[in-house]
Formats: sequence, structure tokens, C-alpha cells
Amino acid sequence: MANEAPRTGGAVAVVAERPGQRRTYGEEVGSASSRLLTRGRRFLGNVLETRLVGTGLWILAIVVFCALFADVISPYAPNEQDYLAITEGPSAAHPLGTDDLGRDILSRIIHGSRVSLQVGVIAVGIALVVGVTIGLLAGYTGGKTDDVTMRIMDAVQAFPGLILALGITAALGPRFPWMPPIWHAMIAIGIVATPAIARLTRAQCLTIREREFVAAARVIGASPLAIVGRHIWPNVTAPIIVQATLLVATAILTEASLSFLGVGVKPPTATWGSMLRTGSQYLEVAPWLAFAPGVAIFATVLAFNFVGDGLRRALDPRLLGRRRG
Amino acid sequence: MREYILRRLVSMIPVLFIVSLISFALLYILPGDPAIAMLGENAGTQETYQGLRREMGLDDPLIVQYGRWLWRTVNGDLGRSIRTREPVAEVLARRVPTSFTVGVAGLLFGIALGLSVAIVSALRPGSKIDMLGTFMALGGAALPTFWQALLFMYVFAVMLQWLPPSGYTSPLVDPWLSAKMLFMPAVVLGTHSAAVIMRQGRSALVEVLEQDYITTARSKGLRENVVVGAHALKNAMIPIATILGLQVGNLVSGAAIVETIFAIPGVGRAAVDAIFFRDYPMLQGAILLLTSAAIIANLLTDLAYGYLDPRIRYR
Repeated sequence: MANEAPRTGGAVAVVAERPGQRRTYGEEVGSASSRLLTRGRRFLGNVLETRLVGTGLWILAIVVFCALFADVISPYAPNEQDYLAITEGPSAAHPLGTDDLGRDILSRIIHGSRVSLQVGVIAVGIALVVGVTIGLLAGYTGGKTDDVTMRIMDAVQAFPGLILALGITAALGPRFPWMPPIWHAMIAIGIVATPAIARLTRAQCLTIREREFVAAARVIGASPLAIVGRHIWPNVTAPIIVQATLLVATAILTEASLSFLGVGVKPPTATWGSMLRTGSQYLEVAPWLAFAPGVAIFATVLAFNFVGDGLRRALDPRLLGRRRG
Repeated sequence: MREYILRRLVSMIPVLFIVSLISFALLYILPGDPAIAMLGENAGTQETYQGLRREMGLDDPLIVQYGRWLWRTVNGDLGRSIRTREPVAEVLARRVPTSFTVGVAGLLFGIALGLSVAIVSALRPGSKIDMLGTFMALGGAALPTFWQALLFMYVFAVMLQWLPPSGYTSPLVDPWLSAKMLFMPAVVLGTHSAAVIMRQGRSALVEVLEQDYITTARSKGLRENVVVGAHALKNAMIPIATILGLQVGNLVSGAAIVETIFAIPGVGRAAVDAIFFRDYPMLQGAILLLTSAAIIANLLTDLAYGYLDPRIRYR
């Protein structure tokens, strides 16, 4: 979803080191008026860019804070039922209203941030460990290993993401009943996200492998493990971090979709997706049930996308010299 | 061109083979007993269990099981639904036209909205309208499909009561009712594609519009809509076509959600329902069918790509 192909043109040509400070790359050409216009656009793009990344970081800070201190800051326990306030609209006692079982929606949203972040980060962590290993192996050794592993990655990517995640979660459920259901979702989402990381790592590895310092390391007799670990890996991390950030957004969205469909994390655990599932059943009588959890998902996914895009622009040297795009 | 098509088809074979292995593995290779998984943990006597094991051929070696499964699948036999005992292939075949209609409607909406915003933005980069387009694209990409569906349902069906909240009618039966019922699912399904097309299309167009041949076309005195519509758009379509191919996978994923919310009897909904009834042959069939759809769509995109960019054919 968020992991679309790299854009052919970024919206900004300028990367702000600190807010207010600009650094321009590349010479400007053209008439004075067009130069002024270009500068104006750059400035506009710059401000927008800085603001988007800033907004993203603020939202993420709030979500992380909620996840860490959910028990302290939420007004009620997530599963505490108030039988006198069932499907009640927003009030002073329940700022976002209550659900069909009289549970406080605000408290459940605060607790839901835990599930979303946990699944997002751990699923992408799984994808990183597996994907980077596969990518480095395929990229460095080349030949048959490369062919076989990359065909497998192609095949995994040929599955529509959510459908494969649904299938894996459904297959893991009855086979590993002792595992907490949240793990089924994490593993499934991790597997679905792996090819993106593996392909990117491999592509990066292929370019770095041909550089002189790698050849030099080989000449002095460094072992393949040392070459990959000490020389190649540090040089491929930047784009992988960007991709991973964007994948967290996708992972959170996928987890929410699974929960919404009733697969993965089981009730009564508060997740944003399952709250919306409840909301969909009470749309006519209690529309507020379907509002706030959606805002939470939307804002969190947007925030990860903003930060990921910002990182990409900051780290991608190709975008630095661009005038506009 | 024929050689290019052939090459693409051959390159698909290993991928299809591994896809079939994964689909098979989803049901068979994982530890545990599929027969027990199908019967449920405390259902069935020893005889039904042994009978089911024999029926499923679980006592044969895995490779034999895979071979048999593959042979049956290639011949269109996807097994029988555990819930209704109907052949899975027949059930799914009935649902394909519905999913196809919804999917195409969604894709058309996505292309129409995405391309028009991309063109308007690319013609005035940096303007207010361009900023608005960027915000729409960013928001559309982060908007959860199911939440958008609920919001639409609330506004259009509950509050305004303009549209029926859910259901499906074939356009061949009642075009007007069908259009009313298709509107929300198509818009919701197409929003994500629209967002991606907006971003990619804008970048691609901006890049193309800066090239010399566009300046030449303009200085020849061609009207702006010919320059943009005929000269710029065809080249800009190359990256957009790639994105469209990738979108079909997302579209199929989105269809599972949209069909579930709007109670549309399509293939995606069959997959979701199958999970709740532990109807694994149905689930496997639906996954296989949906994945094939995505693979075929990607192949068609690649062929379109070869048409749009003649250089690709000779690589």
C-alpha cells in the first residue's frame, strides 16, 4: 500500500537541516523571474515537507505515549463495563461514548494503540530479519541461490497482500492454538512484507558489491561473512530503514483490516480494527462507534507515511539535485 | 511483440509453480492434522476421522499429495466445500462475474479520479491546486478501506438515504439499481488506486512535460490539450501502467473488505466467510483464484507496457 515503487520525482528539491535553515543543491538556470518562481516553489515545498514530517513525528509521539502509559492515562480499564451506559453518545463521563457492552471508547482506543504498534513494529521486525538475510545472501552470492530465492519472493509478492495474510492467519490459528492470536497476525503480516525488504536489500547489495572497497576487502582475504557484515550491510541500511518505516504503516493497516474482518487478535482485546467491526454493526443507532477508531488508524498510518517519505527524501541523493517534480 | 509475449509467459512458470506450492502448503504442510483441523477439535468419531483422512489421501507421501492436488487444480477441481458439500469451483465460478464487475468499476473510478487530479496538478506544479492534490493523494493512501466504507454508508445510506446500504444487483438485471448499489463499493475500492495514480501520474507527467519534444510540440503551435493529451500522456502512461499492474493486487485485497462490508456475494467475501466456517477447501480455492487474477492482471500490464514502450520488447 504505502510501499509503492520509488517515485520518479520528489516534490521538493531542498532538504531542511533544521527548521528555518535551507540547503540548496544544484545550480539554478533560467531567467530571473523563473528563478524566483522556482525558489518560491522550493520554499513552499520545503515548508510543506518540514511540516509534514513534524506533524508525523508529533502524531507518532502521541501514539507511542498512549501505548506506553495506556494503564495510567486511560480513564477506565479497556474491558470495564458500565451497564448504565450502553451505546451511549459522547458525554462528560465518556468523552467518545461507550460501545455495545458499555465499555469506554476512549480507553479502548488508547489501549488499541498497543496492539497496532506492537503488530506494526514486530511484523516489520520479522520481515527485516528474514528479508535482509535473504537479500544479502541472494545479492552477495548471486547465481542459483539468487535465482531461486528471488523467484520465491516473486511468488510471495504475486499473492494479494491481505489475502495471503488472511490465509496464513487462518492456517496458523488451528495449528498453533497455544500461540497468542496476535502472533498469528504478526507472522502473517511479516511474511507478506518480507519480499519488499528482500528485494530492496538485494538490489542495494548488488550495487555495493561491485565497489572498490569490497574488492579490496576480498583481496586482503576477508571472509564472505565479514565482507557482508562489515562492508556491505552498513552501506545498505539507509534505504532499508526508509522502506521499513513505510512498511510499518502498511502492517498497521493490514492488522486493522484483519481485526476488522474478525481474524487475528481475538476479543475482548481492544484493537482499532475490531472496534470498527463493532461500529459497523451499530451504524444506525450508534454512529460514533465507527468514527474515533478510524481516525486513530488513519492518523497513525498517515504519520508513518509522512516520516517515511521525509526520511526517503533526506536520504535519497538522487532527489537532492532535482529542481521540482 | 510475439517473442516478448512468449518470453513473459515462460518467465511466469517458476513463479506459478512456487505460488502453487505455497497454496498447497497453507493447507497441508504445516504441523498438525488437516483432518482434525477440518473436523474441529472435539467433533467426529474415530471412523469419520479415518474416513476423512482416506478421502483426503493424507496417508500418502507429501509429494504424491501435492501432485494429485496440482493435477486436480489444473483440471478445475478445487475439491468440495466442507460446509455445503458443493464443488468449490462451481461456487466460485458463480461469484466471479460479481467480483469482476465491482473490481472493474473500482478500477475505472480510480483511474478517472487519479488521472484527472494528476493532470491538473502536473500542469501547475507548486500551485494551491497541486498542494490540494498532494494532500488528497497522501490522505487517500492512508485511509483504511473499511473505515471509508463505514463513513460512506453512514452519510449516503443512513443520513441522506440516497443509496441502498448494501447488496448487489447485476447490471444486466436492473442497470439503475445496479449502478446505485455499485456506487459506494466502487468509490471505496478505487480510492486507494486513485491516490497512488495521483502521485505517480503527477511525477511522471511533470517529468515528461519538461522534455524537449514537448517544447517542440508547443512551439509548433499545437493546442495545449493536444500537447498534454496526445504527446505527454502516452509517455507518462509508462510508469502509470506499472503502478496500475501493482494496484490490481491491492484491488483484490480491497475487494475482500468491500464485498464483506457491502454484502456483495463475490469471491473475496467467499474467502472471508470460509475462514469463519473453517471451510479450508473453499478458502484455498478463493485464494488461488484471487492470486491468479492478480498474476494475470500483472501479465496484461506487462504486455501493455511493451506496447507503450517499444524499447522494452527488444531487451
